[in-house]
Amino acid sequence: MTFTLRRRQFAGVAAVLAATLVTSTACSGDGNDNASGNNSNTGGTIELTVDTFGNFGYNALFKQYEAAHSNIKIKPRNVVRLDDYTPRLQQWLAAGSGAGDVVALEEGILVQFKNQSDKFTNLLDHGAASMQGNFLDWKWELGKAKDGKLIGLGTDIGPLGMCYRTDLFEKAGLPTDRDEVSKLWSDWNAFIDTGKKFAAANTGAKFIDGANAQFNTVLIQEAGKSLGYTYFDKDDKLVFDSNPAIRTAFDTVVRMMQEGLSANLASFTPEWAAGFKQGSFAALACPSWMLGIIEDNAGADGKGLWDVAAVPGGGGYWGGSWLAVPSQSKHQAEAADLVKFLTSPESQLAAYEAANTFPSTTKFYKDAAITEHKDDYFNEAPVGKIFGEGAEQVKPVYLGEKNQNVRQEVENVLLAIGQGSLSPDQAWQRAIDAAKSAAR
Amino acid sequence: MRVRARPADTAGVADSDTRAGVAGRAPADAPQRHKSTYAGSEAPATRRTSTYGARAREWLDRADVKFSPYAYIAPFFLLFTVFGLFPLGYTFWVSLHDWELVGGREFSGLDNYRLILTDASFWNAVVNTMGIFVIATVPQLLVALLLANALNRRMRGSTVYRMGVLVPLITSTVAVAIVFTQLYGRDFGMVNWLLGLVGVDPVDWPAHKWSSWIAISTMVDWRWTGYNALIYLAAMQAIPVDLYEAAAIDGASRWRQFWQLTVPMLRPTIIFTVIISTIGGLQLFVEPLLFGSGTYYGGSLGQFQTVTLYMFENAFRRNDYGYGATIAWMLFLLIVLVSVLNFMIIRRISSTK
Repeated sequence: MTFTLRRRQFAGVAAVLAATLVTSTACSGDGNDNASGNNSNTGGTIELTVDTFGNFGYNALFKQYEAAHSNIKIKPRNVVRLDDYTPRLQQWLAAGSGAGDVVALEEGILVQFKNQSDKFTNLLDHGAASMQGNFLDWKWELGKAKDGKLIGLGTDIGPLGMCYRTDLFEKAGLPTDRDEVSKLWSDWNAFIDTGKKFAAANTGAKFIDGANAQFNTVLIQEAGKSLGYTYFDKDDKLVFDSNPAIRTAFDTVVRMMQEGLSANLASFTPEWAAGFKQGSFAALACPSWMLGIIEDNAGADGKGLWDVAAVPGGGGYWGGSWLAVPSQSKHQAEAADLVKFLTSPESQLAAYEAANTFPSTTKFYKDAAITEHKDDYFNEAPVGKIFGEGAEQVKPVYLGEKNQNVRQEVENVLLAIGQGSLSPDQAWQRAIDAAKSAAR
Repeated sequence: MRVRARPADTAGVADSDTRAGVAGRAPADAPQRHKSTYAGSEAPATRRTSTYGARAREWLDRADVKFSPYAYIAPFFLLFTVFGLFPLGYTFWVSLHDWELVGGREFSGLDNYRLILTDASFWNAVVNTMGIFVIATVPQLLVALLLANALNRRMRGSTVYRMGVLVPLITSTVAVAIVFTQLYGRDFGMVNWLLGLVGVDPVDWPAHKWSSWIAISTMVDWRWTGYNALIYLAAMQAIPVDLYEAAAIDGASRWRQFWQLTVPMLRPTIIFTVIISTIGGLQLFVEPLLFGSGTYYGGSLGQFQTVTLYMFENAFRRNDYGYGATIAWMLFLLIVLVSVLNFMIIRRISSTK
């Protein structure tokens, strides 16, 4: 009896220990992640931490840089979702430690961080001025804070296309050739009509993935054509209910959902990622950087199933980033050199070839490396030509300081419509309220 | 206090008190007594040493009696002050400010509290938290009770079963939440597949209040039912067997024994588990977080956003620490309130039996 009791006690203790171990490792995993920031200077080599999100296509470039600089070791830290990346970066900057030596700033969060320009190194102090001529003018200008400091050097821009599954289009009796597909949708109305035909064929899949990608695309197109800003005007005043571009984008996407075209998946969630593998949807608006994400999600089995056509409603771009060096970095000069290397036309071309992040430097726009660039994962689609055509005509759209907060709220409301929890009229009012609350 | 703490010494202490006035007493009369001692004695030196020795011992004895208990419990209170009381107070201090991560802070008095009382999202989160708490905890404790009763019987390999029910507890919450979230997936989830086998249409689990609450509750129950069962089991083993024998002789069935003997005898344990579950249930975080694919929104319209998620959304998404701290304090008050209510209800229920 005593023996069993002891054994039981022992088992109990073991169980408790195991539980603590599990929880403490769970915590320490996170802790390590956060703590290992910018410093560690071991044995004469300098370690530079690079914070990115999504897929920047930098792995080969990092190796190349390390090979050329024996004293530099690069530690990449990548987060899948931008929405997880931003608050962490903000906390690191406010706390004064933890951020990488090089951090990526996406267009939607750029203004938020530019407004804290004291937290970043002025790249002009590190000889970036000579690079100005490489960039699209607006891309260079947007990297500057109000006080004239150059916070970020441009990486990619996101010219728009429309990605589609050839096998599902074929099943639905639609053309599969990308030129013919592009002709199906000169504007978004035609896109919806095509969607209705697709839905009528009952392939078991939905036409589009969900509301988010389409909404963001229409919004940026409409804003580019008209006022040049989205949720916030250029004085950072919320104009959610008065900017017609928002209402147009909202109504367009609501119509897609009402016609039953949407799989109602929220972008960048695990279910959305699974949808690529399972063929849950046949099309989504894709800025060039989205190609890398599709490839990641659809995996090797998806090779050759996806193709790229022109986006409905004319050009435009969505996304694109800058690289910046936080002033908390202990190796600002080295970090700035790395930034200059990564944003040089040659590196941008290499990143482009790796992950379809379309360069913001114009040097190779007319070069065969881009114009003739084909992507074998996407059925040898001439992605260089598709995305390159509009790149130089892109008009920049101003995204306010709290852009990301408002965008997330709107995306939630759109998801709720898809789930049948809100009628479109209720939804518009709710979106207005949520935007106000998010912008406060 | 003194007498109570060391009854055996009382006589000795009183004795020494009369023999020689003591340092611990009023210092004013000590010299007087010393004087009289000197005057009346031939060998003051020897007496003095022995008195000093006795006095020192006495003093130590008393100090021991008086202060040691405090020293013994001090570590807890020190830790509690540093890790419990201070954060609590500091959080309250933060909640009195308009305190943003970017852009500094400003004292705003009770503005945050005024705002939160009319904040529909906050009350939505309270309703969700309470709803999930009720549909998770009530079945959980009932099942735990029945499970404990079953485990309390003599059977082969009882230790294996008893440890078995604890296994879910030692798995990481994150793993549990991820697996369950997959099971409840809309398109490729196993639960919908099983429902499909019996002809039920697939449910979009995260889309509605009821379905998301059920999904999250099952995660909580899966993890904690065994834990509570073991606590009940331990308490059951302390119930004297002769009570059951007497009941059996009186012709009470096992079922009746369980409800009229076991359950009332477990009253203090049930109160304990209810309060612990209340505290845990109202702080529910990881399960709804992962069920909402890692966002703090708790679904498209916040249909399963708990108070802790709402707190994180404000503090760490919007970087509004002042409001986040206010939510934390409201949650604290809510837990105290619900715990007291639960305590009263449970006490009442069991005492009527």
